[in-house]
Amino acid sequence: MSTFHSKSAKSFLKDEKYSSWHDKTFWSVRQKRDAMAEKLDEWEQLREKASRIKLHTLSHLDKYLEEFSGNAEKNGVKVHWAADAAEFNEIVFGILSSHGVKKLVKSKSMLTEECEMNPYLEARGIEVVETDLGERIIQLKGQKPSHIVMPAIHLNHDDVGELFERKGISDQPGNHDPSYLTYMARLSLRGEFLSADAGMTGANFGIAATGDIVVCTNEGNADMSTSLPKLQISAIGLEKIIPDYASLAVFQRMLCRAGTGQPSTTYTSHFRKARCEDGEMHIILVDNGRSDWLADPAHREILKCIRCGSCMNTCPVYRRSGGYSYSYFIPGPIGINLGMLRSARQHSGNLSACTLCRSCETVCPVKIGLAEQIYSWRQSLSGLGTFNRSKKLMSDAMSLVFNHQGLYDAATGAESVMNIVPRDWMPFGLRFPRKPFHKLVKEDDK
Amino acid sequence: MKVGLFIPCYVDALFPEVGMASLKLLRHLGVEVVYPQGQTCCGQPMANGGFEKQATHLARKFEDKFGNFDYVVAPSVSCTAFVRHNYPSLIKDCKVADKALDIVEFLHDVLKVKGPLGRFPHRVSIHNSCHGVRELGLSSPSEQNIPKFNKIRDLLQLVEGIDVVEPERPDECCGFGGLFAMEEKAVSQRMGCDKISRHAATGAEYVTGPDSSCLMQLSASAERLGLDIKCKHVVEILASGL
Ligand code: SF4
Repeated sequence: MSTFHSKSAKSFLKDEKYSSWHDKTFWSVRQKRDAMAEKLDEWEQLREKASRIKLHTLSHLDKYLEEFSGNAEKNGVKVHWAADAAEFNEIVFGILSSHGVKKLVKSKSMLTEECEMNPYLEARGIEVVETDLGERIIQLKGQKPSHIVMPAIHLNHDDVGELFERKGISDQPGNHDPSYLTYMARLSLRGEFLSADAGMTGANFGIAATGDIVVCTNEGNADMSTSLPKLQISAIGLEKIIPDYASLAVFQRMLCRAGTGQPSTTYTSHFRKARCEDGEMHIILVDNGRSDWLADPAHREILKCIRCGSCMNTCPVYRRSGGYSYSYFIPGPIGINLGMLRSARQHSGNLSACTLCRSCETVCPVKIGLAEQIYSWRQSLSGLGTFNRSKKLMSDAMSLVFNHQGLYDAATGAESVMNIVPRDWMPFGLRFPRKPFHKLVKEDDK
Repeated sequence: MKVGLFIPCYVDALFPEVGMASLKLLRHLGVEVVYPQGQTCCGQPMANGGFEKQATHLARKFEDKFGNFDYVVAPSVSCTAFVRHNYPSLIKDCKVADKALDIVEFLHDVLKVKGPLGRFPHRVSIHNSCHGVRELGLSSPSEQNIPKFNKIRDLLQLVEGIDVVEPERPDECCGFGGLFAMEEKAVSQRMGCDKISRHAATGAEYVTGPDSSCLMQLSASAERLGLDIKCKHVVEILASGL
């Protein structure tokens, strides 16, 4: 009864040294996050407030989207609406090709990943350069992110050193010193920034009251991507809109503390209009399933997510199986849920990756009931035709035995609970006691 | 006050001593406790695996058995949590959900035991089971910035001669998770081994916790690693020597 996730996790765990390193690395991020949360007396109130702001905005999303796009247009920004990934990619390509763009520099965006924009543009002759260091590394390696905040965390400095040598980015073979490698990456990216025809960002937040796109980075690469080329495109999912600066202040205090355990990202950049007279700024608002999820009361709260990544860092299963053990491109508790919303049929093999320990829900800065949602997805599996037959048989057997006292007595009395308790559960040394409690207590009462 | 003792199926079949210790302890504290015969399973294993509907019959049966007690007390946090949180959505007019208490909660919050309890002159490491921490609130979750407390520790400290410790990552999951242990065997075993190693690193001779399913996972892991550390349910320690 193995699932997609359980099979990949098993092979991930074969390398004990690496998997221990992986677990410890993410646990240390969780600890940094704890230290930050402990310094704010109002942390739990902030979580509650953040959750409510998101719920409020989501339930008035039509109004806030209109306000946002209206204000952006007042600022001279061209606003586009994309119903799905295909339309999004077409819009981006349309803007770029009408400006004769050959090279696009971009900062990190899970949305462009979701829409598989890079391969789409590359197939049409546009070079796309990721400028977040982690994203750049995995782009050069031809990989996908293994974590939403730290996309290349699965690689060590030797992996990166060798990659940079092969790609001609570093000029001292064998020098894998992280500071040196970072310096060389910066030099090489500088050339890309200077020669790019357009810059693209994702968005952490869109402010309805002002039309601002807010991007949080540690490397300043979103600013470089947008302050050199004259053409800027920002891609934003519908659910990223929040009402105003007062609400931004709440999220801004939580996002980075929760995600990386820093009090704030190094850069919090607001983009409101084209950077110069003859420049252009475009915002593309992307639905791609979000309005359907919003209409689904059982799962709409997933849209509260601010993509901080802390549910991954705390998840004991993620830490011991790695980002590539999940079939959806976003792993961990939030990824299990987003994958199911995207395509339940395709991604139900991730549902097993949860013990229902609920650490994710307790960590989540916007209080999403992540485990609760996983539980409810499991209930709908048989309806989807993807449930596990042997698991169902076992569950049927249990329910038969438990519903019939005679059978239950026979099972427990004849020491044949083995019929209902799978062998795998039995610790080596566990022996069946001579009598179950319900018989002992009868004798005791006599 | 009439208390119904709920002994979940796996405790009944595999850990009868935990049931006996619960009875002994409650009687020692002067509680009028009844064990209604004919009880089986609360339905949690099926529901967590994705078959909540199969739990509905069991919930009804449970309601019949226990509906008339003032409290339903069980030595199992995950079963208690299931009854409390899931029954109201499974059966109409559910009475038992609000009366279901884990035995730690019952001793700590209802009886407010201050008393001397048993004697157990050993170093004991607390296993804070996930459902105890994050569903029943037996201790402050390490994720939250709220005042620190631990009801299991409070009770254990009433035991004579005991030395109570907690492991590093005090409320990380042991990896049991019911059907999870079967579907995700590799991850489950790894989590179990990691967890028991942290317990062992405290120098404890015993691990104790409010849920025998976690303890079962931990003793299997101890055996796998050849660690000399034993697992005992918290009621066994509280009742020890009484
Ligand atoms: S679900 Fe919560 S914890 Fe996970 S990434 Fe989203 S906001 Fe962060």
